[in-house]
Amino acid sequence: MTTTVSTEAGGRTVRKDAPGAARGSRRRTGRLRRAGLPYFLLLPALILELLVHLVPMVIGIVMSFKELTQFFIRDWSTAPWSGLDNYTVSVDFDAPVGEALLHSFLVTVAFTLLSVGLCWLIGTAAAICMQDTFRGRGLLRALFLVPYALPVYAAVITWVFMFQHDNGLVNHVLHDQLHLTDKPSFWLIGDNSFYALLTVSVWKGWPFAFLIVMAGLQNIPRELYEAAALDGAGVWKQIRHITLPSLSAVNQVLVLVLFLWTFNDFNTPYVLFGRTAPEAADLISVHIYQASFVTWNFGTGSAMSVLLLLFLLLVTGVYLAVTSRGRRTSRV
Amino acid sequence: MSDSPMAQPSSFVWTRRVFLTLLTGFVLLPVYVMISSSLKPLADVSGKFRWLPSGLTIRPYIDIWSTVPLAKYFGNSLIVAGAATVCSVVIAVFSAYAVSRYEFRGKRVFTVTVLSTQMFPGILFLLPLFLLYVNIGNATGIALFGSRGGLILTYLTFSLPFSIWMLIGYFDSVPRELDEAALVDGCGPLGALFRVVVPAAIPGIVAVAVYAFMTAWGEVLFASVMTNDATRTLAVGLQGYSTLNDVYWNQIMAASLVVSVPVVAGFLLLQRYLVAGLTAGAVK
Amino acid sequence: MRSIRAAAVGAVTMSLALAATACGGGSAAGGGSNDSPKTLTYWASNQGASIEIDKKVLQPELDKFEKQTGVKVKLEVVPWSDLLNRILTATTSGQGPDVLNIGNTWSASLQATGALLPWDAKQFDAIGGKDRFVASALGSTGAEGKDPAAVPLYSMAYALYYNKKMFADAGIANPPATWAELIADGKKLSKGGKWGLGAEGSNPSENIHHVFVFAKQHGADFFTADGKPDFTNDGVVSAVQQYVGLMASDKIIAPGNAEYAQNQSVSDFAKGKNAMLLWQSASANLKSQGMSEADYGIAPVPVQSGTPGTGANVNSMVAGINMAVFKNTHNLDGATEFVKFMTSDAEQKILNTAYSSIPPVAAAQADAAFNTPANAVLKDTLAKSAAALPQVADESQFETAVGTAVKELFADAAAGRAVTAESVKAKLEKAQQQMPTK
Repeated sequence: MTTTVSTEAGGRTVRKDAPGAARGSRRRTGRLRRAGLPYFLLLPALILELLVHLVPMVIGIVMSFKELTQFFIRDWSTAPWSGLDNYTVSVDFDAPVGEALLHSFLVTVAFTLLSVGLCWLIGTAAAICMQDTFRGRGLLRALFLVPYALPVYAAVITWVFMFQHDNGLVNHVLHDQLHLTDKPSFWLIGDNSFYALLTVSVWKGWPFAFLIVMAGLQNIPRELYEAAALDGAGVWKQIRHITLPSLSAVNQVLVLVLFLWTFNDFNTPYVLFGRTAPEAADLISVHIYQASFVTWNFGTGSAMSVLLLLFLLLVTGVYLAVTSRGRRTSRV
Repeated sequence: MSDSPMAQPSSFVWTRRVFLTLLTGFVLLPVYVMISSSLKPLADVSGKFRWLPSGLTIRPYIDIWSTVPLAKYFGNSLIVAGAATVCSVVIAVFSAYAVSRYEFRGKRVFTVTVLSTQMFPGILFLLPLFLLYVNIGNATGIALFGSRGGLILTYLTFSLPFSIWMLIGYFDSVPRELDEAALVDGCGPLGALFRVVVPAAIPGIVAVAVYAFMTAWGEVLFASVMTNDATRTLAVGLQGYSTLNDVYWNQIMAASLVVSVPVVAGFLLLQRYLVAGLTAGAVK
Repeated sequence: MRSIRAAAVGAVTMSLALAATACGGGSAAGGGSNDSPKTLTYWASNQGASIEIDKKVLQPELDKFEKQTGVKVKLEVVPWSDLLNRILTATTSGQGPDVLNIGNTWSASLQATGALLPWDAKQFDAIGGKDRFVASALGSTGAEGKDPAAVPLYSMAYALYYNKKMFADAGIANPPATWAELIADGKKLSKGGKWGLGAEGSNPSENIHHVFVFAKQHGADFFTADGKPDFTNDGVVSAVQQYVGLMASDKIIAPGNAEYAQNQSVSDFAKGKNAMLLWQSASANLKSQGMSEADYGIAPVPVQSGTPGTGANVNSMVAGINMAVFKNTHNLDGATEFVKFMTSDAEQKILNTAYSSIPPVAAAQADAAFNTPANAVLKDTLAKSAAALPQVADESQFETAVGTAVKELFADAAAGRAVTAESVKAKLEKAQQQMPTK
């Protein structure tokens, strides 16, 4: 997990073993404590994750094999086991339930790729642009974090307000003032809802990428730029050959979590469209919410979630394998 | 960060200028709508959009406090988000230090497991988690559901995985010689962590703290079922402005602005830590 | 590294143990107890203009109850956005309020969970008998043939609200009594940026309420007699087509209404953008929007022909709020006493006046306070021409599936696409296939 920078910059050797392990005098006395220490440090995180995420996840997986409708939610032990029924219903793409799930899945994938791409691009570009001091930089930086600082509900409801067909700002500008459309468009229903969702998601999401990349940039030693400048590399070249590679560790995690969050984002579509999203913007999280909470079929909802989990595990596994290899080779 | 070591070509300067201007517009547009709408009477807000209000009123800013117990919700949100942030950052620092500085068996399993918790859609573990809290409550007498404690616990684990992963990255980029030197000077491993590694990774820690805070600040779904009248947070409470009868657009906007001002101000104060740090002299 | 393996084993065991206890679900089925006779928790639904207003309305009454019985009621007004989820989590965990309000259309669905105390004859006797309540309101308290899951608390009905001045300007003397008249009037009124009628196209529940009535008027039902979904019969298809057609082909509803889900059509009506509105008990709402009672008239919702009545001349659903007792209550006697108090004649008058609804209790309904012209229409509708939504366990799935289908049809209409019998049938077909098979 060491970045290119720290190796190159000072020509330091990076040791992967415990600090002090090489020093003989400390080795024996600290050995036992050291062996236990990492586990001790991990313990709080482990217990909490187990309690709040892993155990409920296991319960969720159990739920997916049960017929958990409103007749049984009061006492789960009475719910009959349904074997793989919930799964076969979910993946039968010729039947409406499976077909709707597949459609929702594809919409979510397209949405997530676009949103993460844009968030990352805008966030990184802004962070790089704001690396140098200029007048008003501090103010701008705070301003850029405003979308992130607003409570989700407040931010999204403002966009709902702006996207209204009759009274919204967006149609006022596009139609009344710029005359780009022959009649006011619908943004909250119909096919455009996808773009509305994307806009809100990017607006809300990019400041996070900005924040993280900005913090990451602080760790790039200035000597690197100075050396590159001496070699005659221009700004664009510096960005390409120093800034971006140095960010690879940060980016690896950033892009992955942005992907996972956007994929599972529930708050944005829920506030934007309510309990039932338009087909064009039927994200999987709302879809599952509808399948479980609105139609009270928690078994099928769980089965869908488990399928989703498997998919995301696969994507994450492949992603980590590919990016880690990429980074290892680039270091040489 | 000071000026770039080299004179910048005008292509870069112009690209930057145009890009930042457009971006500012994009960011500010909804903010402008919020501010202007919060100063309009309700009839204005539910009519055709206009850039400038027909008449200004501060009425919404007065009404928000009586339509919804905003102050109480705000207090709840601050307590919950604040506590979740502090706990999450502290726990993440310990975990990240262990992973970054030690070789031990199960390291990979730990990091991957922690990450995998981000993959399960929240909607589905809402019900199991609620059940779990109720059962723990029945077994031990600790009231987790309906209390701020339960919500803090939930939110801190939401932000924990990412915080750990990010901090591992930041800690890795802190040179090991620094903590080795501290160990030679007689600090224990924890001493090295808090005297050397943490100060050097302040920007990362602040970024993670901001993230943890915002995660707890904005969450809607869990808050909506895990809180009651006394412990309701802002994210849910704001929905109180849209009632069965009417949507008080102007009050929603006014309330959102009022509660966001302290948060943005906090950001402003924190941002100098975001950019200070390693380069400020820890290395040299 | 034996320790890590031990830890792993421990963790797995612990998680399984927790999972097992958790899967056990709530406390055992069965009636409530009287373990804590001095307190009650009450979840009220949001009936007034805001949650704070509700508290101001209810708290004095709860204080009165405490003075009478010594039982302290802890009130929580739950917003509509959270109410059903809160009830579901309470049901799953067994950890909920003692007494709660539910939307009356949820009665059968919630009844099926077994979380609510059934109101058998004995239970009804404890609150003064079943015959104190109006029959139509009792029709929306649970599946037929079962003991009701709840007791009616507030009743509401749909009516046609019309703007008197706009009608006069267009030279229309009387409010329309049939749909043909409404469409003719609507066409006269729809010009110059004004429209004949308003609708909440993106609100599944509103859609359901309307297409349900239209279906009745076409002599059709969404469910067969034995409770199976039957969304694609000709009557239902024409009903849905007729409702969406008000926008699609008759063009008396503004296309923008297709995205309305937050009662924008009410404020449009209050501002004179729409001349007519089909709404349940809108008076308080219109007043808060600054529309004076003298400016609008109230008439029964139109029918296909003739006058409102039963069968094909139904012109409203039975809307309202029911009060239920949670089966896991620790104060069964207190809860029953509280329901008795809330449905007493005196309280019914106070509460229904505050919320501009109609008391479902016959004696209270007869009170002079509910004899205003507005209330007369609503009372009349409830008594003579309102029908309860299907009282089947799958009601909430039905609302979502069909309500969404209608929402999508409105979106089509707004986008200028034709809404034909085929397109309606296709959407309904899809909705039906999403219903539970069992």
